[in-house]
Amino acid sequence: METNEVFEKVKGLFVEDLGIDESKVTMEAKLEEDLEIDSLGIVEVVMAFEDEFEIEIDDEELSDVSTVGQAVSLLHSKI
Amino acid sequence: MKTAFVTGGSRGIGKSIALDLGKKFHVVVGYSVSNEKAKEVSDEILNNGGSSSTVQINISESESVDKAFSSIEKEHTSVDVLVNNAGITKDNILPRMKEDEWLEVIQTNLTGSFYTSQRAIKLMMKNKWGRIVFISSVVGISGNQGQANYAASKAGLIGLSKSISKEMGSRNITSNVVAPGYIETDMTSFLDDQNKENIIEQLSIKRIGKPEDISNIVSFLCSDESEYITGQVIPVDGGLTT
Repeated sequence: METNEVFEKVKGLFVEDLGIDESKVTMEAKLEEDLEIDSLGIVEVVMAFEDEFEIEIDDEELSDVSTVGQAVSLLHSKI
Repeated sequence: MKTAFVTGGSRGIGKSIALDLGKKFHVVVGYSVSNEKAKEVSDEILNNGGSSSTVQINISESESVDKAFSSIEKEHTSVDVLVNNAGITKDNILPRMKEDEWLEVIQTNLTGSFYTSQRAIKLMMKNKWGRIVFISSVVGISGNQGQANYAASKAGLIGLSKSISKEMGSRNITSNVVAPGYIETDMTSFLDDQNKENIIEQLSIKRIGKPEDISNIVSFLCSDESEYITGQVIPVDGGLTT
């Protein structure tokens, strides 16, 4: 899967599951500051990613993820 | 129709809770051993015009919990209400308590409720609505001779429930504990008349409790009307603890 395909899927999850404004979801957007996702929201997103992509994400892998772009590259590396 | 899952729903307090929730929810009656008894409860809900099914679950084993939840999800897509009612006792005075007696009671009563709650919460988070009720015991608050393992497991549920209430409040998921006192069930059937009289003497309401005394408050805690009550411990004990 290409990076931009992963991005489109990620954007879909943010918009549908968390009700985030589509225009805010860019590769540079910061999850907490720009998208206003709280810590529980991050957990929800991770669970949704795991279901969507049929992967498992360790808590340690998440520690470096603070932007949409970093989430996309983590997911891209796992599928 | 929302789905409510009651563990240990085939007898005693669990049966009463299942029947009462059957007025509002599709009730999945969880049983560990006797499908026959669970089926009777389920049939009674159906006869009263409700909707119900049964599922086998041994809450002390995570694989069994996974299997039960997968089958509920397959049929009903969600679990909106979870009543953690199943529990066991293995009473012994502490100096004589075997490690197995300790571990089995903690594994079933406390760790089992961790397994079920974790599974249910993942579903409730998606729906942004959920009700969890733990059936603890007044001995989890006051302690009891011969029940160190049981009391510790029931006290543990209080910490579990309060933590869930803080983690999940923003998703409209509430978690509360009901702490029954002496209630007439199989678990207290060993009490003879003299024991009962001694107990009643300590109570403000001069009778042993009925399973319905518990199911009434559980039904309320599972309703929309209780949305501002979370992280609480509600003793239902005739005034034993005040």
